[in-house]
Amino acid sequence: MAVLEKIAASPTEAVLKVEDLHTHFHTPDGVVRAVNGVSFEIRGGETLAVVGESGSGKSATALSILRLLAMPPAKIASGRILYQGRDLLTLPDTEMRGIRGNNISMIFQEPMTSLDPVMTVGKQVAESIRLHQGTSKKEALSRAVTALELVGIPEAAQRAKEYPFQLSGGMRQRIMIAIAMACNPRLLIADEPTTALDVTIQAQILNLMIDLKERMGTAIILITHDLGVVAEMAQRVVVMYAGRMVEESTVDQLFARPMHPYTLGLLGSVPRLYSSLEPDGGAERLQEIRGIVPSMRDDIIGCAFAPRCGFATKRCHEVPPVLEEKQAGHRAACWETQALLDRHG
Amino acid sequence: MAEWAGNGENNGKRTVLSVRDLTMHFPVKHGLFGQVSGHVYAVDGVSFSIREGETLGVVGESGCGKTTLGKTVLRLLAPTAGQIVLRGQDITRRSDRQMREQRRQMQMVFQDPYSSLNPRMPCGQIVAEPLEIYDLVSGREKDELVTSLFERVGLSADQKARYPHQLSGGQRQRLGIARALALNPSLIVADEPVSALDVSVQAQVINLLKDLQREFNLAYLFISHDLAVVEHISHRIAVMYLGKVVEIADKRALFSSPLHPYSEALLSAVPVPDPGAKRDQIILRGDVPSPINPPPGCAFHTRCPYVKDICRTEVPALQEVTEGHFAACHLRTSAAPD
Repeated sequence: MAVLEKIAASPTEAVLKVEDLHTHFHTPDGVVRAVNGVSFEIRGGETLAVVGESGSGKSATALSILRLLAMPPAKIASGRILYQGRDLLTLPDTEMRGIRGNNISMIFQEPMTSLDPVMTVGKQVAESIRLHQGTSKKEALSRAVTALELVGIPEAAQRAKEYPFQLSGGMRQRIMIAIAMACNPRLLIADEPTTALDVTIQAQILNLMIDLKERMGTAIILITHDLGVVAEMAQRVVVMYAGRMVEESTVDQLFARPMHPYTLGLLGSVPRLYSSLEPDGGAERLQEIRGIVPSMRDDIIGCAFAPRCGFATKRCHEVPPVLEEKQAGHRAACWETQALLDRHG
Repeated sequence: MAEWAGNGENNGKRTVLSVRDLTMHFPVKHGLFGQVSGHVYAVDGVSFSIREGETLGVVGESGCGKTTLGKTVLRLLAPTAGQIVLRGQDITRRSDRQMREQRRQMQMVFQDPYSSLNPRMPCGQIVAEPLEIYDLVSGREKDELVTSLFERVGLSADQKARYPHQLSGGQRQRLGIARALALNPSLIVADEPVSALDVSVQAQVINLLKDLQREFNLAYLFISHDLAVVEHISHRIAVMYLGKVVEIADKRALFSSPLHPYSEALLSAVPVPDPGAKRDQIILRGDVPSPINPPPGCAFHTRCPYVKDICRTEVPALQEVTEGHFAACHLRTSAAPD
């Protein structure tokens, strides 16, 4: 199949590198600093999860990478996004259009609002193939049907003639994935791809993503708030809080030995499945992270998490912590990691 | 009848709510004159009961009828058939006027704290309104009661003068809970009360609901799609599929040995936040069929990995398989021929 012709990047080479990204929104009420110095890289065939709660800047990071934010009000204040040695932020619009969909593509949370309601789904998949690969209409349409088969849509030729409203939520998300994967991109950015779906359908879609990744060697940036999805899908994780990266490590390390108090709190506050079968019948109370997230309009002095943190010292309230390597491959932005490890390590 | 469908151990707690064969069908209308062309079988013969201080969790995917069940139990919808008994009183066919007294006993907490609070009303007034409607207290006494409710749910007294849009999502949900508590109800129907909240805030609200239950001996009907949340907060759990309860049991029984293939698949599909966890996932094929035209026989047979001939024709009844553990599956209730 033609989409399989591109050769996957070697696993050690970085597909995309984000360096010190700052994205601001200029609103009438002031500047919202949505992304505040985010740096990470993703290697070929790897799944990198970006986790955080609402307003943590995870979607703004993804949209900045593809330059999909409306500017104004958004402004990428500084930083670099390197793809194949070129900074995407400085590319002319025409070149950027060639990257989107062809080299880096994206799927969104709500498939109904991202699909064209008055175009058959087959044509929507074909459109992307035709635009990016310059094939004929007929060729594009037949490749679209193959792409629909690839994402597990039964009777693909028939379904290609249907409109989005005729399909279920799970089917629509498969269409979105077919569009995204049709040109065999090297990087797929998936922003909460299964959040709107039921759990049995979520399992189908996650399995499909794993399967496609293995067959095509695509790197995936998976944006999610669900730690279960992270554990299931990703090799590495970036944890975000208030527009900042607070921790980055392998999935195993993060769950076994979190080094930032926010990550620790997040892991503790999730109710666990099968907790009632544990000897004590499961903890009576969930661990809370007291307080609420800070407003992104205010200047944050020191560590953004300090007002909610059980480990915070005077320094935390005054000096912003630096994201530093605490262990090989494990970075955290915290002054008190040692205190945390002494208590919980 | 009140003992129907697995009450679990009795320990002297009174039954707050019991529901039998509850059915809610919505007509599907067509054309200019609104001819009825079919029905949505949203809730189809559901039975359960809840005791004081007990939480019955209801889980299921979208369209399984769990929200309609909650609304029907509260008589916000008039049921098509069946019986609802609240604290010994049959409320199934009461008129709105007759329902007035009963409504004090049952309150609701909604999923979306944005749309379920009046944006033009100060928060204090939102909580005071039910007290005024029932003319329970007035003047300083009312103010004191509202203040104590605010404190109880973790809001500060000076937030009484604020408007809902000035609160965070978690605070708004606390406000919704304070409003539900104002009339000192015996039953709270909570429909996805934490689904719109971030996990760290979700934990705060779940803990609050558990504390309040202990303090006021509340019965909860807790509706959610999130199995881990339901497991954490519930004593017993009902699993719904296409308008029917397919399994109902004590949570430990359900999680240690699910009897219905749908429950089993549902449990296996939840991503577990533990990268080392090895598990056998059952990936169900296909989608949930339409509740307008549910499949004959067992509604789950189109997706069931263990489907037998009998499943395609005969509707399985909800039967007690082990003590207090009910399931509606031919594989469990009879020696189904291959």
